[in-house]
Amino acid sequence: MRRDIFQAIADPTRRAIIALIAVQAMTPNALAAHFDSSRQAISKHLQILTECEVLSQQHQGREIYYQLEIDKMKEIDQWLAQFRKIWEQRFNQLDHLLSTLKANQQ
Amino acid sequence: MNSNLAFDFLVDKENNTLTVRREFAASRQLVWDCYTKSELLDQWFAPTPLTAKTKSMQFRTGGHWHYAMVEPDGREYWGWMGYLTIQPIDFYTSTDAFCNEAGEINTELPCANWLVTFTDKGAHAVVETVVTYASLTDLETTLNMGMEAGMKSIFVRLDELLNKFQP
Repeated sequence: MRRDIFQAIADPTRRAIIALIAVQAMTPNALAAHFDSSRQAISKHLQILTECEVLSQQHQGREIYYQLEIDKMKEIDQWLAQFRKIWEQRFNQLDHLLSTLKANQQ
Repeated sequence: MNSNLAFDFLVDKENNTLTVRREFAASRQLVWDCYTKSELLDQWFAPTPLTAKTKSMQFRTGGHWHYAMVEPDGREYWGWMGYLTIQPIDFYTSTDAFCNEAGEINTELPCANWLVTFTDKGAHAVVETVVTYASLTDLETTLNMGMEAGMKSIFVRLDELLNKFQP
């Protein structure tokens, strides 16, 4: 199975996990409290995110904290091009509207 | 997109800003109207396949635009643009927030300040939108979780794309 940044963000629960961990490192229990899914399901997502190298583990005493690998997330910058598309679509629609308005003015 | 019209899209993670600059083949007055009149905003502001609908709008200092982005299945995402300063047809500043149908602002989701500047470029107009978030986290959250509803449709499309590529 593929293990890359796109696999990491392909699932909505994993995207939510990334957003939560982006704010602060968290333990699996603290994370699971944010979701209706079972603890096992969250663990599976954490495993995939770790294999995708989006998250890394940090041991603090008996607790394991997951933290975001910022460099890996930079790959997502390319994916920002998708976000840019929203604005492009908007502006294309505005182009159409403007040409309609200009035609009506004449 | 019309490749003859300049388009810049810059994410500045140090200053928590997103800058979007676009040229339009129309006069500054006409473009200004499209940004500041609800019946025109409704016709372009929502990215495909969503549509925008206005609940109320007063384009004046202290006024607002209360609108929804509507999905093809009818799901609505409500937004609130509060107008702070207006100088026709040069610029306006506003705050962009998520809200509900009643217009109650959702304080759990990031809000952003917009500075929208209109300039001439020959017979064309250029609009620069600088979106500033309170923190990098807000910017990241918005980029990750969805800027207005549009991001959601992008995620859906990304999911479709990924599914197509996966064995």
